[in-house]
Amino acid sequence: MDLNILWFILITVLFIGFFFLEGFDFGVGILLPFLGKNDQERRIIINTIGPHWDGNEVWLLTAGGAMFAAFPNWYSTLFSGFFLALFLVLVSLIIRGVAFEFRSSDSSPLWRKNWDRAIFIGSFVSALLWGVAVTNLIRGVPIDANMQYAGTFFDLLSPYTLVGGLTTLFVFMFHGSLFLSLKTTGEMAERASKAAQGIGLIAIPVVLLLAVLTYFQTDLFSSLGASITLVSSGAALILALFLIRSRKAGWAFVMNGLTILLFTVSVFWGLFPRVIVSSLNINWSLTIYNASSSPYTLKIMTIIALIMVPIVLLYQGWTYWVFRKRITEKNLHY
Amino acid sequence: MTELILSRLQFAVITSYHFLFVPLTLGLGVLVAMMETFYVKTGNEMYKKMTKFWGKLFLINFAMGVVTGIVQEFQFGMNWSEYSRFVGDIFGAPLAIEALLAFFLESTFLGLWVFGWDKLSKKVHLITIWIVAIASNLSAFFILVANSFMQEPVGYILRNGRAEMTDFLALITNPHVLYQFPHTVLSGFVTAGFFVMGVSAYHLVKKNHLDLFKRSFHIALIFGLISILGVTGVGHLQGMHLVGSQPMKMAAAEAHWETENPAGLSLFASIDEQGQKNNFEIKIPALLSFLSYNSFTGEVKGIHELQNKAVQDYGPGNYVPPVTSLFWSFRIMLTAGIWLVLMAMLGLYFFKSKNLEQKTWFLKLMLWTIPVPYIANIAGWFLAEVGRQPWIVYGLQTVEAGVSTSVPALYMLIAFLGFLLVYACLAVVDIYLMAKYIKKGPEEADRDEHLNSEVKGASLWT
Repeated sequence: MDLNILWFILITVLFIGFFFLEGFDFGVGILLPFLGKNDQERRIIINTIGPHWDGNEVWLLTAGGAMFAAFPNWYSTLFSGFFLALFLVLVSLIIRGVAFEFRSSDSSPLWRKNWDRAIFIGSFVSALLWGVAVTNLIRGVPIDANMQYAGTFFDLLSPYTLVGGLTTLFVFMFHGSLFLSLKTTGEMAERASKAAQGIGLIAIPVVLLLAVLTYFQTDLFSSLGASITLVSSGAALILALFLIRSRKAGWAFVMNGLTILLFTVSVFWGLFPRVIVSSLNINWSLTIYNASSSPYTLKIMTIIALIMVPIVLLYQGWTYWVFRKRITEKNLHY
Repeated sequence: MTELILSRLQFAVITSYHFLFVPLTLGLGVLVAMMETFYVKTGNEMYKKMTKFWGKLFLINFAMGVVTGIVQEFQFGMNWSEYSRFVGDIFGAPLAIEALLAFFLESTFLGLWVFGWDKLSKKVHLITIWIVAIASNLSAFFILVANSFMQEPVGYILRNGRAEMTDFLALITNPHVLYQFPHTVLSGFVTAGFFVMGVSAYHLVKKNHLDLFKRSFHIALIFGLISILGVTGVGHLQGMHLVGSQPMKMAAAEAHWETENPAGLSLFASIDEQGQKNNFEIKIPALLSFLSYNSFTGEVKGIHELQNKAVQDYGPGNYVPPVTSLFWSFRIMLTAGIWLVLMAMLGLYFFKSKNLEQKTWFLKLMLWTIPVPYIANIAGWFLAEVGRQPWIVYGLQTVEAGVSTSVPALYMLIAFLGFLLVYACLAVVDIYLMAKYIKKGPEEADRDEHLNSEVKGASLWT
């Protein structure tokens, strides 16, 4: 296996980490106004992700850095090509980030209401746009012979990619509601579990629709691995819904986590060895070879990543262990 | 052309804004960690109160640094895609390492520190804040490694139409970063030192929590004094290095048009940039030679000669950065530095003679000194970045060649105005919160009490 392939896998792993972790805190952010009936309840909801959201977001920063380091042309084409979409994502991430931190710093109802709005909007827009972004990669966007994006912002929005957006939106909301039912107690946990059952019921047909559209709009199904993982991803989602209906919130969360993992693997597997498909000419697609850094840089980065990633996993895992208890009104910070 | 101007404007605004928060994070993290160390060592509850008070201000500032930092990483690809293609092989590596090594540590352990007061043992809790403090300074190192490549490219070869890395060790031991890193980090320490002294002075004037704020002042004084002396020393060495590595930057910063030996230093000059001369100047003989070589003789090349040499090396073009703004930003930085040295010395004198609290005028002046390090920081970066014009990577790529080609000016305008709007709102919020918690003082910063009271009617949909 050459290092280009290894880095493609590593970036896939970073996106899995990001979607899995930030997925539930996007979901929690979206559900905040619906599940938190009063200020106290909303504080409990925010505190479930309080110690984690910032660390979760670093997965995205690392994925961005890894793309820059290992596949500079991928990073350059994607970020300049998806310019306005990324601008929206950045603003969303900014407003929800400060909202978590600043919301509890003042007790004026208007203050808190506005930060609640920021959390909701920031989480909603991000969750939606990530689905739009990844489905665009595989569906293909107008990339010219010089690796430059040759379309407009609106070329990124098609029925297919919007269904892609709805997929991440609902799957993340499902993820968030399952997380809340694990991290809260009593009536709140009950409400979260009920919400999960409803959201799961919507998520399944959306994912099904995405799979059907993927068959017609992309060449993902020409890869056996991508096909199997995509179908398994749908199966895991259905299983997760059954599990939460039989009150096994923990297993349901794990199963939906698997949905996210398999979905991400499927998209990247379907892409492989390309990193962005060109809709103008398939030969103009960016691949892990024409977009990559030099062998020397890849080697240096590989050594660093192989040492650092396990350590990061270890201490991030440890924080989830430290904060494993359910959140009640006795232990609020935010 | 419009794209270039918009991208430059955006980069200048976004990056300067981000750098309002970074220096305070670098230094205040260390100060808070020191305070908690005193708490763990002595068991004195006053130090816990102190840690929490400054910790709260640290967190407000930190949040702003984090969210504005995300834009930093992404805007290279968004607005400067051709630059990113050209240097990605080298520039991407320190950014990725920064995320992997430093950001993960910083954010994860900050979460542990904030939420872990009663979940972790005292010692483990103390370790978490030290990790945060060390990690943020570590991240400064890697981002400066990246920046230093733009100032002084090393460890690379031009191949496949781009700069490719050939020596990672050379990259992270770039002579430029060896000066830039201590200079930047120590300026961060200075910023935090004067922030803590200024806020403490405010409370000392008001006679609030005298003991706590006197001790805070003392800690910050020692920390700030050592740091400002360090910055000055490193700055001098850095200047000497830059005369060799980026002579044009230094010549422009001194409005030094003609080659001289020994060269004099202009304290003040009325600069005619069009005519490429100074109409009027107050000059100290031989001082520029001394600052450049630690000796009162030595030739310092002037802008004219350097421009001619650049034309020989790189072909026709204008290689002179904006002289007037560089000259004055350099002097602003130096004046601010001298002011800070004097204030710290004076602070030490009053503290030693035990009449600090009586010197109300001094305490008030100290409060108004809080912005001075910020001005110095921005002026310093202005010097570093504008002084590298017209290059984006010194001698290798011009700024003009780095800008994205596939992004329409309209999109750039939308994003720029959007960021401006969001950042302006955040500035208001940040200043409001900082002022509020500074005024409230330590009692209320321990906020469990008011937080657990329910706020009625704060619903999203009402």
